Amino acid sequence: MHIPDGFLNTGVSVVTGVAAAGAVGYGLYKAREELDEKSVPMLALCAAFVFAAQMLNFPIAGGTSGHFLGGALAAVLLGPWLGGLVIALVLLVQCLGFADGGLTALGANIFNMALIGTILAYYFFYGLKSMLPKSRAYFLAAAGVTAWLSVFLASGACAIELAVSGTSPLGVALPAMLGVHALIGMVEAAITVLVIGVVLAVRPDLVGTYDYRPLLADYGEAEVSR
Amino acid sequence: MRTRSKSIMVFTLAGLALAVTLALIVSPWASSSPDGLEKVAEDKGFLEKAEETEPAWRSSPIPDYAFPGFTKKAVDEETGEEVEEPTRLATAIAGLVGTVAVFLIAWGLALVLKKRKGETEAGSSSGPAANEV
Repeated sequence: MHIPDGFLNTGVSVVTGVAAAGAVGYGLYKAREELDEKSVPMLALCAAFVFAAQMLNFPIAGGTSGHFLGGALAAVLLGPWLGGLVIALVLLVQCLGFADGGLTALGANIFNMALIGTILAYYFFYGLKSMLPKSRAYFLAAAGVTAWLSVFLASGACAIELAVSGTSPLGVALPAMLGVHALIGMVEAAITVLVIGVVLAVRPDLVGTYDYRPLLADYGEAEVSR
Repeated sequence: MRTRSKSIMVFTLAGLALAVTLALIVSPWASSSPDGLEKVAEDKGFLEKAEETEPAWRSSPIPDYAFPGFTKKAVDEETGEEVEEPTRLATAIAGLVGTVAVFLIAWGLALVLKKRKGETEAGSSSGPAANEV
């Protein structure tokens, strides 16, 4: 759902641009506190994986394709701020390097996919996770629901921006965008659950928001290696 | 701590290898149908708004995920004219270059943002203290 140049009016571009710049700025500030030996390589890996996965368009109904977004994955692995930075960085590289998403719509794209699809998605995930029993299966279920919702909400925000810009009336754009992305979101959920499931199986301590038991293992190994 | 950070590197490089494989080998075979937003724009008749607009940034080194220089001759279905079309190799190389570039840019950014060792209150020594973050 990368918005190209020409779909948004100046007002929407500026407002979403300012909001995106604020979120990225705060993310950069938080990154200073949060980045450590473990999260530096994870941030780079997550960004590379999201970029690669976003290239893999899969066919969905009616001559339409969708691709992975990665906001929920980044949020679950790295938390809201580092996760948001990952998605914003991927969008910036796609815009400047690959002409994917317009430069005048970069703020809106970051707003939709990083602010709503990642940062807001994180807080939804956090709330959902805290209401569920503490187990790996529920953790993955929460991640899956979050992934679906992140794509759904991001596409809704995109439709609202199109409507406010006078490009397509809300009554037309909103149901169309939500309908398509309700389907794309299911694939998003499946990929997110698969990837987080694999990381939990291999290195649960690298899933930043999985705080059920990994610390014990961490202390154990730290003790042994000393 | 040393063995641990080493195994993070193994994990990271394995993950990067997977990402590169997806970008290099799978992406040329990805669906070329319009994505959700494009399809809605097409169906609801506002795609022209983008097509009529000059892009604000015209210096992308790899526009549309096609590495320049890898083209083949094809016949345009609408006009019947012979056109140059990017090959699957163009997409594969674009995927490889993009994935590695994003990895390096993100790593570089993270290193610039990260606090230096001396700046952290716990210093560089104790494992558990660092793990509590």
